[in-house]
Order: sequence, then structure tokens, then C-alpha cells
Amino acid sequence: MGATPPSTPPADDASPRASFHLGMRAGVPYAIVGGVVALTFGVLARDAGFSALGALVMSAIVFAGSAQFTVISIVAGGGGAAAAIGAAALMNSRFLPMGAALAPSLSGRSLQRAAQGQTVVDASWAMANRGEGRFDRHFLFGASAVQYVTWLGGTAIGAFGGSALGDPKTLGLDAIFPAFFLVLLLAELRDGRGRAVALGGAAIALALVPVAPPGVPVLVASAAALAGLWPRVGDKARADSVL
Amino acid sequence: MSSELWLVIAGCAAVTAIIKAAGPVALGGRELPPRVAQVIGLLAPALLAALVVTQALVDGTRLHMGADTAGVAVAGIVAWRGGSVLRAVGLAVIVTAGLRALG
Repeated sequence: MGATPPSTPPADDASPRASFHLGMRAGVPYAIVGGVVALTFGVLARDAGFSALGALVMSAIVFAGSAQFTVISIVAGGGGAAAAIGAAALMNSRFLPMGAALAPSLSGRSLQRAAQGQTVVDASWAMANRGEGRFDRHFLFGASAVQYVTWLGGTAIGAFGGSALGDPKTLGLDAIFPAFFLVLLLAELRDGRGRAVALGGAAIALALVPVAPPGVPVLVASAAALAGLWPRVGDKARADSVL
Repeated sequence: MSSELWLVIAGCAAVTAIIKAAGPVALGGRELPPRVAQVIGLLAPALLAALVVTQALVDGTRLHMGADTAGVAVAGIVAWRGGSVLRAVGLAVIVTAGLRALG
């Protein structure tokens, strides 16, 4: 901790403004994909019984894809408000450790920090991670800002005009969300420990799917990260190979 | 739209905001101990892997391989070989829709 890792010098050295712009640029591909995901959400929300305005308001004030999809699938399946909100909380529980990780990189009073914490979404958080517990917050804000715009735009198109598109499944749109997460995941598999933890997380989640309510398998899978409590076995070997 | 659905939306927004604010507010500007930072660094692969398998390999509460599983696998191969996120996700959609059209 403390020392800034040298892996991404441009973003670390940049002014807040430049970082924000770099973040916006890095966020564009994710924003485009997110816009299509949001379009799918808009269509499915209408099918589940939400009004177009309701779908748009939800995207505006929740801004969390996996939770929003979970909620509409529970509502479409006849689940009540408590079940839907509870599942959304579980689905979003991963933002708890993400927010904790981000905390040392934020500044200001509680209210300001709380507001800055709202900008965490998966892709931005992953891209703003500078390693060793440090985050480039202005980069994060920029990356999230462009994704927020397309998230709202996509939802509006899907919710107000989605019936013209047809069945999202026929169009293969349901593959977008997991494909998107897989691309994010690949960046985390650079070292052996990341790969082992990913395998562990996947195994835990799959084992729990038949027995646990939606959201819980993903939440419990985060326990695989506890492998980080043990010292790295690969560290010495890697240092040797460099020499 | 029923008032219960508006309640669902408001409730989701509230729990999401609280969850996202909790870490930054509770921890303040304190640095995390190195081991905790390591665990947090490893949360991303754990959570992302869980999200991928529960969406690509699961239908409801049972395991299910479908056209979308193949599409997602193609996206993984493309991204692994250096393809952009747009290319990877685009191919996932094309493969999934194509397989469904065929079968």
C-alpha cells in the first residue's frame, strides 16, 4: 500500500479532469454494450408488467443491470415486492466490498463520499482499479458517466419502442450480459491466483444454484476471495523467473 | 402499473444506494490492511466468474446449456485472443441468435 504501482502511469499522473476524460473514453465500449443490455431490460420490464415510465425510472435510480434483471424476472414469475427487493439487495451485495475497496481513494465528508460511492458499476470499478487497493476515482466517475447516459437511452428505446423489436431471446440479446461479464473477468485472470479464485467462485455459485434463492449463489461465491488471506505461493517463483 | 411495482422500484433504489454508500462512509479515508486489500482485489474474479456461470449455465434454479452458453463461450474465446469487447459481445449475440434460428 502507499506506493503507487507503476502499471498504469498515465492515469495516475493525470489531473482529475484528464482522468475523467480517460475514464469516459475507456467507458465507451462498455457504454455501447450497456445500452443494448438496457434496451433488453426495457423490453423485458414491459413484458413483466412495468410501465415504460416505470422501467425508465428504475434504470435512472437503480442503475444496476444484474439487480434490475433479477427484479423483473421475480416480478414476472409472480414474486412479491419483498422477494424482489431482497433479491436486488443480494445481487447488489457485491457493491459492498467494491465500495469498501474504493473507500481509501475517495475524499470529502460522509455525504460526498456516499454520493461518490453511487458511481460504482462493475466495468468502471474494474477499470479504475490501479492495484494494491488504490483506485483512480476520477477515471471511475468518467467511465460511469458515459455508461449512465446509454443505460437510460437504451432503457427508453426498449421500454417505449421495444414491441417493434420482437422477442429479445430470438435476437440472442440474453447472451449480451454474461458475455460482457466474461470479458471483464478475463482481465482478472492474468495471474494464477486470480484464475484459482475465479474457478472457486464459479464452482460455489453453480453448487448453490439448485438450492439457494436468486442472488445468493453469487453473494456466497465472493467467499472464494478469502484465498487472499494466505500469502501468495507464486510470488517467490515469479521473482526467480524474472531473475 | 400497480403501486406495488413502484414500491419495488423505490425499494431497489434505496437498498442499492445504501449498499453503495456503506463502504465509502463507514471506512472513511482509512487505508485497508494489506491482507484485506488482497481479498478485495480477488473479489472481482470471484464475483465476475459467479455472475458469468449463473447467467450462461443456469435457467431459473437448474443448470441448463443452451444457445446462449455457446454464444458466451465464443465471446470468451474472442476476448481471450485480443478482440475488443464490442466484437466479443457482438459475436455472442450472432452465434446465440443463429443457433436459435437453426434449432
